Amino acid sequence: MKRNKWLILMALTLVLSMFLAACGGSKDEEKPTADGDDKDKDAATEEKKHAKDEDGEPDAEQVLYLSERAAIPSVDSSIVEDQVGFNVLNNINEGLYRLNQDNIAEPAMAAEEAKVSEDGLTYTFKLRDAMWADETPVTANDFVYAWQRAIDPATGSPYGPFMMSGVVKNATAISEEKMEISELGVKAVDEKTFEVTLERPVPYFLSLMSFGTFYPLKEEFVASKADAFATNSDSLLSNGPFVLTKWDGTGDSWTYVKNEHYWDAENVKLNEIHVNVVKDPATAVKLYQDGKLDRAEMSGDLAQQYRDDEEAVVQPETSVFYFKFNQERDGKETPLANVNIRKAIAKAFEKQDMADVVLANGSLPANFLVPTNFAFDENEKDFRELSGDHLEYNVEEAQDHWKKGLEELGVESLDLEILGGDTEASKKMDEYFKAQLEGNLEGLTISLKEVPFSVRLDLDGNQDYDIQVSGWGPDFQDPISFMDLFVTDGTNNLMSYSNPEYDKLIEDSKGDLALKPEERYEAFAKAEKILLDEDAAIAPIYQRGLIFLHKPYFKGLVDHPFGADYSYKWAYISGK
Amino acid sequence: MVKYIGKRIVYMFITLFLIATASFFLMQTLPGSPIASYNKLNDTQKAIVEKKYGIDKPKPVQYAIYMKNLAKGDLGTSFVFKGKSVNDLLATRLKPSLILGAQAMVFGTIVGILLGMLAALKHNTFWDYGSTFFAILGISIPSFVFASLLQYWIASEWHLLPVGLWNDGWKSSVLPSLALAMGPLALSARFIRTEMIEVLNSDYIILAKAKGANGFEIAFKHAFRNALIPLITVLGPLAAGLVTGSLVVEQIFAIPGIGEQFVSSIMTNDHATIMGTTLLFSAFLILIIFIVDILYGVIDPRIRVSGGKG
Repeated sequence: MKRNKWLILMALTLVLSMFLAACGGSKDEEKPTADGDDKDKDAATEEKKHAKDEDGEPDAEQVLYLSERAAIPSVDSSIVEDQVGFNVLNNINEGLYRLNQDNIAEPAMAAEEAKVSEDGLTYTFKLRDAMWADETPVTANDFVYAWQRAIDPATGSPYGPFMMSGVVKNATAISEEKMEISELGVKAVDEKTFEVTLERPVPYFLSLMSFGTFYPLKEEFVASKADAFATNSDSLLSNGPFVLTKWDGTGDSWTYVKNEHYWDAENVKLNEIHVNVVKDPATAVKLYQDGKLDRAEMSGDLAQQYRDDEEAVVQPETSVFYFKFNQERDGKETPLANVNIRKAIAKAFEKQDMADVVLANGSLPANFLVPTNFAFDENEKDFRELSGDHLEYNVEEAQDHWKKGLEELGVESLDLEILGGDTEASKKMDEYFKAQLEGNLEGLTISLKEVPFSVRLDLDGNQDYDIQVSGWGPDFQDPISFMDLFVTDGTNNLMSYSNPEYDKLIEDSKGDLALKPEERYEAFAKAEKILLDEDAAIAPIYQRGLIFLHKPYFKGLVDHPFGADYSYKWAYISGK
Repeated sequence: MVKYIGKRIVYMFITLFLIATASFFLMQTLPGSPIASYNKLNDTQKAIVEKKYGIDKPKPVQYAIYMKNLAKGDLGTSFVFKGKSVNDLLATRLKPSLILGAQAMVFGTIVGILLGMLAALKHNTFWDYGSTFFAILGISIPSFVFASLLQYWIASEWHLLPVGLWNDGWKSSVLPSLALAMGPLALSARFIRTEMIEVLNSDYIILAKAKGANGFEIAFKHAFRNALIPLITVLGPLAAGLVTGSLVVEQIFAIPGIGEQFVSSIMTNDHATIMGTTLLFSAFLILIIFIVDILYGVIDPRIRVSGGKG
């Protein structure tokens, strides 16, 4: 009997040690802290970004293995609304312009730069001699058809009206069924000349041309497939660097194969890219280490664990996250309608520690709405240099505002709710906010509400929250992509913020100042100051970064700050 | 028997109908819209898209349309996988889950039964304690922990089998099946052991022994058969759960199964897919309960399946 007990004990110890070893990962790495050393490490990691012009002769075998976090819901350019769909579109199709390796929109299906009329309202594009994968030419009519299809209410496109309304002539009226589709401001002057008439001058119009919704579609092909169009790889037609194969429409894997009929095929080095959906980041990392993936995204604890790994790379993004302060709930003013309360909260939490320790994924603390390294003025100066910092962390100022705010409201304490996501990272972040805000603002009690994204959208839509952790990633390269969110009654405002002066500046940027780039950027800087410093309508938190494990032989990947995430066009394998 | 089976089949359809009705109306209470870009659309656009998907109609009308289509075997169109039918979606994703579930069930049950029998026959010995310990581990440790351990040791460290993904033929299915098998294995071992110990101590076994029946005969012909009844009762619903997929294990091994799809459809408010998956799960469960009832009669002829007063 005694011996049996010992055996059981030994077996139990063995099982427990196996379990703990597995949880601990393969390396004995120190957990990062917020001290100076780690900031240095951060800087070193930043430098490990994959270079775009790395040397190295391409290997004979050009096959890449990648993963995505979700399956492809659709690759119909009129219907696509998710990141994976836009990624696929960007690699198998091509619009008039494509973002190059420096993320500047350059002519792609267009043979040369567009001719723009003096009033900035008419754009004429000459098309290059490019072919669809079925060896028929890409024509101006393919663009006319695609754009009309995207704005046609019957198509039910989410992005067509969103991107074209107020931009392309008559788009708004057509999307509201008040005008015929044929009235859209697009025309095929001849087979190779495509003309667009705009509603108003749009300074960022050419950067829109690289966005999936504006890609061409061959009418004959789409019609021949009818409802089956773009529902699997056999019902798709490419005009881009790759052709999509082995995609059954609902499955978790697909393959890109080099498109030999692409106009720039000689610059496409990869022959095949095999993609699998891997939803669990820990599995992605294991697959990476096992040589089954050439790149793996990390988050949370994994990012902390591996961020000093030799193969870890940081990819800064242009999504900015912020607190939305809801000023009206159930038809009544909330305490957040008080500007001092908003300012107090906006300045009462340390952002650097949050980015370095809580997120630990290469994210940057944000004292702005328009992200850094995103929008540049005529002299290629970052908009951030022009506009500076706003609502920086400052406990003393926060406490002064808090005191003043409470006096104005005639109360001694406040209970507020933070609405956030239900992921581990979100929960960790919310806990941090609660500790910081309650610690720095006496009399404040924060309750946390952590719900799935669809529920959050619903609560947002009904303005049923106090403070919400919200974020925005741009669809095109212009500060307006962010600034437009907070105009009075804007579809994303949903917090009863209204400032006529702000509205006027944004309206001017679309009207009088549209063709005056310098003054336009000044107007944006002024508007950002009003939104943040004066009104504290929102409180910026961080600009997101991502950490990947990236094989050193995988070179030339281009990541984009807006629209699709990646271009594989210039990627190649060297030294595997 | 035929009458009984006919009656059961009618009941099965009624049950499914009630489940469909309940889940349809419950689903309507989910907050948020099934249209992902809802906040990007203006009011006219919202109205147009809602009309396109038929969600502009009053709920009872939507229900009537859904049930009419369901009667034809049409589960509708997914809101997330644009233009794709839920039937197709379930068909592609069911196969991996079915393979894993079936393998786990067969392997888990057979090994579990053998372990349980060994424990019972070698009562109060090392074998008994070993198998009991194993069963306790299997019951108390969730399958995703086994999945992580198997993945770490067998795949990552020893490179004997793939770490994950569903592209390596039968090899891809071994580790996830093993992880899933721990549940039924432990359960079978425990049930068979307990039941057999009880049966082995009963008078008729003592009589059989006295008559000179050998150990093998006693174990399989007499004791095992009696121990099977309670086992089948618990294994039935477990089989339905396994076959229709296990969310976490599928996620850990990056397998495109149905369990994972079910949860993501709830998260994205993909109404048609939620309904389709719920009905599929329910149909499996109902069918398995039916099969279990039939099996009772086969295993123990004293249990009559003809129902009524018999």
